[in-house]
Amino acid sequence: MRKFIGPGSSDDGIDRRGFLKCMAWAGTGVFCIIHGGVLKSYSLSQMAHHGVDAAKGDLSFVQISDSHIGFSKPANTDVTATLQEAVAKINVLPTPLAFALHTGDLTHLSKPEEFDTLDQVLKSLKTSKVFYVPGEHDVLNDNGKQYLERYGKGTQGEGWFSFDQKGVHFIGLVNVLNLKAGGLGTLGQAQLEWLESDVKRLKSSTPIVVFAHIPLWAVYPEWGWGTDDSEQALSYLKRFGSVTVLNGHIHQTMQKVEGNVTFHTAMSTAFPQPQPGTAPSPGPLKVPAEKLRSLLGVTHVNFLGGKHTLAIVDSALQS
Amino acid sequence: MRSIFSSVAVTAALVLAFGLSAATQGKQGAGPSGDQNDKYQVKIDNFSFTPGSLTVPAGTKVTWTNHDDVPHNVVSTDKKFASPVLDTDEQFSYEFKDPGTYAYYCSIHPKMTGKVIVQ
Repeated sequence: MRKFIGPGSSDDGIDRRGFLKCMAWAGTGVFCIIHGGVLKSYSLSQMAHHGVDAAKGDLSFVQISDSHIGFSKPANTDVTATLQEAVAKINVLPTPLAFALHTGDLTHLSKPEEFDTLDQVLKSLKTSKVFYVPGEHDVLNDNGKQYLERYGKGTQGEGWFSFDQKGVHFIGLVNVLNLKAGGLGTLGQAQLEWLESDVKRLKSSTPIVVFAHIPLWAVYPEWGWGTDDSEQALSYLKRFGSVTVLNGHIHQTMQKVEGNVTFHTAMSTAFPQPQPGTAPSPGPLKVPAEKLRSLLGVTHVNFLGGKHTLAIVDSALQS
Repeated sequence: MRSIFSSVAVTAALVLAFGLSAATQGKQGAGPSGDQNDKYQVKIDNFSFTPGSLTVPAGTKVTWTNHDDVPHNVVSTDKKFASPVLDTDEQFSYEFKDPGTYAYYCSIHPKMTGKVIVQ
């Protein structure tokens, strides 16, 4: 039995009740397909029966996030091992990967040896290309200089860039630099201008995938989980029929659909963080050892060009 | 206010005993224990500065100590001072010579703000 979330009375064509059901599954292995503004969701076990075709897209890639190499506190004393497990999980996916995205916080303290370890582990990924955007932990002390030297080749400004693959336009944004006192993540004027001109030449039917470290929607501003000028960025993307926004930073999966835009956050490979407002602070969440790997994982995205459908699957290291 | 300061000072004394050996960087200007200014401490805990507002006489050295499992820093809003990144248990000190209000924040987690009022 697959769950179908049919068109409701709202303008975006998504039935609220059905969507909330999909939300409730997030984090427990939910599989959502967005097709022409209609969202269908399957559990991973249902997918085994019904979703085989859906899992084989024209374009397949994974999102890795928040590996925090160098972190060694009780919440996870071996973050290199859990990243290696994530890579092993990716390497047995049935579909060949076009590339991998790392949505930031590669390291915990921006130390050269932490970046070296990350590079070493990701070398064994079965894909030739990894695209990066920085997290705030990757630009400590030097405003991102070292990050840019290592990962910024061919990027603009402080590390933003775009590329096209199989008809999909991908945009990597940087929202962790020049943060203002009391504020949230920031894209900044120069990057916004670049974004506006970057998408100008594209047809509105071009599927867009935007990725950045800090969520580009107000997940929980009280904990800094949002980006001050994300609305302006999204205004440049309004005319596009399919926009998918992939973020990290909050170390848990969360999804929201607003018009033609689907927002999604990935799990960390290092340690979980509390759900918004459920703890005194967003600091690392210490869970029983046997539960840790069910809260860490990666995101797998498949794009079916013919149907203009993007399928997002979150898989934990251990169910 | 007085009771807040004294509880901070007690905590700070405990912190200092442990922190001095653990801190490896960010100790700019940190003096020997027993320094009369050691009571001017700001605790970084649960993504916040405590006390959020600290009033001190001119010439006071203030010390921040990070108790969180994640790194933070202490950056003056108008760029008068900036700590290196402080990992768990690391400290940073700064001497406030001139009267005024010094707003600061954590530039990694900018929701974290505080101020030092120098009289």
